[in-house]
Amino acid sequence: MNEIYLDHAATSPMHPQVIQVMTEVMSEVFGNPSSIHQLGRHARKYLDDARHVIATSIQAKDNEIIFTGGGSEADNLAIRGTAYAKKAQGRHIITTAIEHHAVLHPCEQLETEGFEVTYLPVNEQGVVSVADVEQALREDTILVTIMAGNNEVGSIQPIAEIGALLTEHQATFHTDAVQAFGLEKINVDELKVDLLSASAHKLNGPKGVGFLYQREQTPLQPLILGGEQERKRRAGTENIPGIVGLAKAVEIAQATMDEKRIQLKKYQQIIVDTFTASGIHFKVNGQVENGLPHVLNISFAGMDVESFLVNLDMAGVAVSSGSACTAGSIDPSHVLVAMFGKDSAELRNSIRFSFGYGLTDDTVAEAAKRTVDIVQRLANV
Amino acid sequence: MNEVKDPSKTRVVVGMSGGVDSSVAAYLLKKQGYDVIGIFMKNWDDTDENGVCTATEDYEDVIKVCNQIGIPYYAVNFEKQYWDKVFSYFLEEYKAGRTPNPDVMCNKEIKFKAFLEHALKLGADYLATGHYARVEQTEDGVKMLRGVDHNKDQTYFLNQLSQEQLSHVMFPIGDLEKPRVREIAEEAGLATAKKKDSTGICFIGERNFKEFLSQYLPAQPGNMETFDGKVMGKHDGLMYYTLGQRHGLGIGGDGEPWFVVGKDLERNVLLVGQSFHNDLLYSTSLTAVKTSFTTNRTFDKNFSCTAKFRYRQTDVPVDVTLLDNGDWSVTFSEPTRAITPGQSVVLYDGDECIGGGTIDEVFKNGEKLTYVG
Repeated sequence: MNEIYLDHAATSPMHPQVIQVMTEVMSEVFGNPSSIHQLGRHARKYLDDARHVIATSIQAKDNEIIFTGGGSEADNLAIRGTAYAKKAQGRHIITTAIEHHAVLHPCEQLETEGFEVTYLPVNEQGVVSVADVEQALREDTILVTIMAGNNEVGSIQPIAEIGALLTEHQATFHTDAVQAFGLEKINVDELKVDLLSASAHKLNGPKGVGFLYQREQTPLQPLILGGEQERKRRAGTENIPGIVGLAKAVEIAQATMDEKRIQLKKYQQIIVDTFTASGIHFKVNGQVENGLPHVLNISFAGMDVESFLVNLDMAGVAVSSGSACTAGSIDPSHVLVAMFGKDSAELRNSIRFSFGYGLTDDTVAEAAKRTVDIVQRLANV
Repeated sequence: MNEVKDPSKTRVVVGMSGGVDSSVAAYLLKKQGYDVIGIFMKNWDDTDENGVCTATEDYEDVIKVCNQIGIPYYAVNFEKQYWDKVFSYFLEEYKAGRTPNPDVMCNKEIKFKAFLEHALKLGADYLATGHYARVEQTEDGVKMLRGVDHNKDQTYFLNQLSQEQLSHVMFPIGDLEKPRVREIAEEAGLATAKKKDSTGICFIGERNFKEFLSQYLPAQPGNMETFDGKVMGKHDGLMYYTLGQRHGLGIGGDGEPWFVVGKDLERNVLLVGQSFHNDLLYSTSLTAVKTSFTTNRTFDKNFSCTAKFRYRQTDVPVDVTLLDNGDWSVTFSEPTRAITPGQSVVLYDGDECIGGGTIDEVFKNGEKLTYVG
């Protein structure tokens, strides 16, 4: 049975043009961009061009982009780098309960180091309230870190409103845009963010590369020390093929964003319509209308996610639920806990479908149909 | 009896622990052409202060082996069910002064119930495990037989399985000797070929039993006394001791070594006596509760067979009487040492394990021994 991949929020297939440009760079551009010779300068040109493409995509300046080894590193650098750089001004951090673990775990780590973290709640749509942010703000708040779009339910956070709220405050404003980048228009000046993380492999780029946008003058202590790459903010010889691949993926994403959004929303609709027509009991977690176009989180009444996921896999439908725990089994999603409470049925019966490159209306409809078959079969076991 | 299907159309879920036995079980089934799925069960979270969890390491081994064999693998979490059905019972029994057998309960309630249901939901025809036991399809139903390796035979722990459960079960290594299982694993180059066998109760593992139990039950130290009331020392809490135990008493002096011969729960006194063959440790019959048969066969009210009262003990000939309330009265052919309430009494007819129950009361020549717990 052909596998239908509906887990694009976990990772996405690389675009053929990305693979092409990367293989070219891998075979022809091996120089170290820091070297003074011709080969080094050759590599440096690729690095600078890539940096410019990425900066332009979010209306930033070229020198405000720090390449990292992925979204998690960008989040770690933003959070720990800010905390250590600004600890003299205060030790209070504000975040939300629905952040990615690459944000939550550094925050928890900082708590053990004498920082204080406020984890704001969200409503049943998975959205944080600006009033809650305002209320949580203190004189000694040094960092507010709130994701742009949620990876599990797709809820979009009021980043521009929070950015506006923070303009007169000393706190650095970071947003984890790993899921939103490439699918939502992002202008760092309109959003008034100081730091923004993104990753290549979520938008058909390679794994192991991402970037952190750092507004000029924003204090940041580097985490990786060594050479003077990335203006001393991130040591290590640059991953030129990865960075070029990232830039190509961004270029494609920017050029095709509008049509892609329409297509992704159509996929969401196909799933919802197929489920509705079949008569199975389901409910969308979060918002379809105003959420990220590629994520659809659905709760199936009476289902148990552990056997459901395996059945879907065996039927060739690749989806996910929550986050895999250490021993591979399913830990209840902290995002759904924040939305519905720790004893809610949604924790045990929700599945995330996420869409992207390579799908067609027909394959999505086929996946929806296979899902319905499984729900109907398991209802009778 | 199940229809015999083409192996490639027969889906078998293998319960994989990350050990060599279940690895070989999966490997053999795959070689026989079955549609095999490996599933790791997580029943207990033992993450220590360094973030190390043996379940994580075991699951890593499951992944390696499944990739070597070429079968899909998944994990399932039964921590809650395990806590409710096995661990709570385990603590209750200790509180009541008995010596429980959580492995028997785990097989009955988790591996061959919750896990079997999970497997069936995945469209499985059978659940296979790496137990040393055999199932034989006969016209009268399924027979559960001892593993060929009598030294490793695990039917003692499987005595509570019903016909319904057994009809969905496969034990692929039950007709192999343990050394051969290791050999197969090595020949196939399986990642777990040289992995050490796990010992002890799964959730305690290699840890100190006393330390573990004291986290859940308050220890009440008291006196160690002889049957005549002579105080021989202090004990750390009755739950830490089991009948016939020699080690950890700390009674020195001349003469024969000292053994636990009983518990006085009311006075919180541990009764001790000298010599391995102390007469106080011997009994002649028992009653068993929570009894069940693995087979469909009907038995006369009185019948003879053999029985085990502990794992890895040789069988003892017994006479069984089926009582009207479903309990059993089991009389031994000769006085038997250290029959312990809470442990299983398991009945055998030759190689067939016909059923078992939980030892409740113990008697010597018809008189109830009130001191054994």
